[in-house]
Amino acid sequence: MVMSAVLEEVAMEAPFSGTGRSRTYAEGAEEISGSFSLTDVSVAYGNETVIAGVDMLVPSRAVTALIGPSGCGKSTLLRCFNRMNDEIGNVRVGGTITLDGLDIYQKSIDPVDLRMRVGQVFQRPNPFPMSIYDNVAFGPRTQGIRKREELDAIIEDALRDAALWEEVQNHLKKHAFELSGGQQQRLCIARALATRPEVLLMDEPASALDPISTQQIEDTIAELKDRVTIVIVTHNMQQAARISDQTAFMLRESMDQPAHLVEVGDTKRMFTNPNDKRTESYITGRFG
Amino acid sequence: MKVTPTETAGQRLGRTTRRRAAESVVRVLIYAAGLLSIVILLAIAVFLFVEARRSIAEVGLGTMLTGTKWFPTGTPKIFGFLPLIIGSLMVTGVALVVFVPVGIGAAVYISEFSAGWLKEVTKTVIEFMAAVPSVVYGFLGVAVLIPWVKTAFGLTSGMTALTGGLVLGVMSLPTVISISEDALHAVPDALRQGSLALGNTRWQTAYKVVVPSASSGIFAGVMLGLGRAIGETMAVLMLTGNAAVIPTNIFESVRTMTGTIAAEMGEVVFGGLHYSVLFSVGLVLFGITFVINLAADLVLERQRKRWRR
Repeated sequence: MVMSAVLEEVAMEAPFSGTGRSRTYAEGAEEISGSFSLTDVSVAYGNETVIAGVDMLVPSRAVTALIGPSGCGKSTLLRCFNRMNDEIGNVRVGGTITLDGLDIYQKSIDPVDLRMRVGQVFQRPNPFPMSIYDNVAFGPRTQGIRKREELDAIIEDALRDAALWEEVQNHLKKHAFELSGGQQQRLCIARALATRPEVLLMDEPASALDPISTQQIEDTIAELKDRVTIVIVTHNMQQAARISDQTAFMLRESMDQPAHLVEVGDTKRMFTNPNDKRTESYITGRFG
Repeated sequence: MKVTPTETAGQRLGRTTRRRAAESVVRVLIYAAGLLSIVILLAIAVFLFVEARRSIAEVGLGTMLTGTKWFPTGTPKIFGFLPLIIGSLMVTGVALVVFVPVGIGAAVYISEFSAGWLKEVTKTVIEFMAAVPSVVYGFLGVAVLIPWVKTAFGLTSGMTALTGGLVLGVMSLPTVISISEDALHAVPDALRQGSLALGNTRWQTAYKVVVPSASSGIFAGVMLGLGRAIGETMAVLMLTGNAAVIPTNIFESVRTMTGTIAAEMGEVVFGGLHYSVLFSVGLVLFGITFVINLAADLVLERQRKRWRR
């Protein structure tokens, strides 16, 4: 079958390079890789199955883009990776999702612990109504880090990684709402990075931002990808082509049937030589 | 239908003019309704002041406010408000201790943890609580709480500041809960999601993100609950024993400002000094509740602006 061939290809080509890491991720990061494997994953809201039969690998330390028309379940699939779907009532996830071989839906896994390893950045910036410093310190404090020097170091690292440090280093006590939209989104990236996750999920992180802020977010993603696995949902085909290593194309062909994965593979190949007609139509802008 | 051009133009213009006229009539009515509440409030203040004028002139506002004894029918008559003011504050203080934790706790539960029919039932029951007449709360206090306080604390009488305060606390709950719940509900869901995605539990999310974000609204709810408690009359009149002596602890009988007005107004000479003094008590009460409500409103307004980005 075509799908399995694609999967193998991705697994082979996936850049597993662990070099060039900052000190933030130096300790203990080597044995952790942060790769997902999805087998026959389905999602149902009540009795309605909205996603079915998703098989894919998310390679470690690479950017995987989920693309597809509106309503095809990209964001729903993304929320499976950190079990945020658990927070919405009446959602059932079927199949198997493993993080480095560990089934994240097994009974012994606490979603709260999982989310410390798998961070998320949302579509609209959602800083907490507190200072820049407290926003970034939020996750580490939850993890029990209280020492001032330790927090200071984590916060500086996280803000540097999110390319915000230069702009805010002298204003850490300022309220987060005083930042611009783009700065707020980078603050949210820093906040997610501060818990030192292995995976960062991004749900259209630039869709509410202007072109310059979008550029900055994309640069940040490029900087981050050799340290943390990134799964990004995007509407913007050019963005997927620019920033991702692997692309997964999802499609819901009618309201009567669930969305499924049409094609997943190396981004360059997908955008130059897609295997599936539907992928080609979507990428070239014939629908969606 | 055949219509000549002149008719059409003329009728259309006429119709627009009529609509404008109707609109301005409605606008005037709505403005009047809005202004009416301000007028009524001002009228109350003026009326209180006019009736209290005699006591202010004869006894003096300072003397009344700092006087430690209340003997309105003795010889000589002594009109010191301190026993009443302290009585009111003590009863309200007890109520505060009841409704702050219970009210905020209930609001957090309804907003953050309950769902579906349970949420609807809880909200409806709380609205019902607000509709129960205060005299009924008084009955409950007399029948249940007074004997309980008496035996539980080994007192000679169960009519104490504590008894009145407990009932007042329960009576203020609907106000505190519904306003706090509104404030919690107004916190954007994106903040909850952000906190959960950082590996916080729902409880951690509630107390570290949602409650602080709604703090000004919760504060306003507490202030309005306070206003409700300090202004309540019937239940405290039935439960506190009404001894007009400066209390030293919550196990003593107290008399509140509201209770004093309600109990004595029927027995005074119309237009007499005692009558006028009671209006001064009312004026003080009006001032206190006005300030409390104003503070709550200012805080609420600030919160509304906060989420309007």
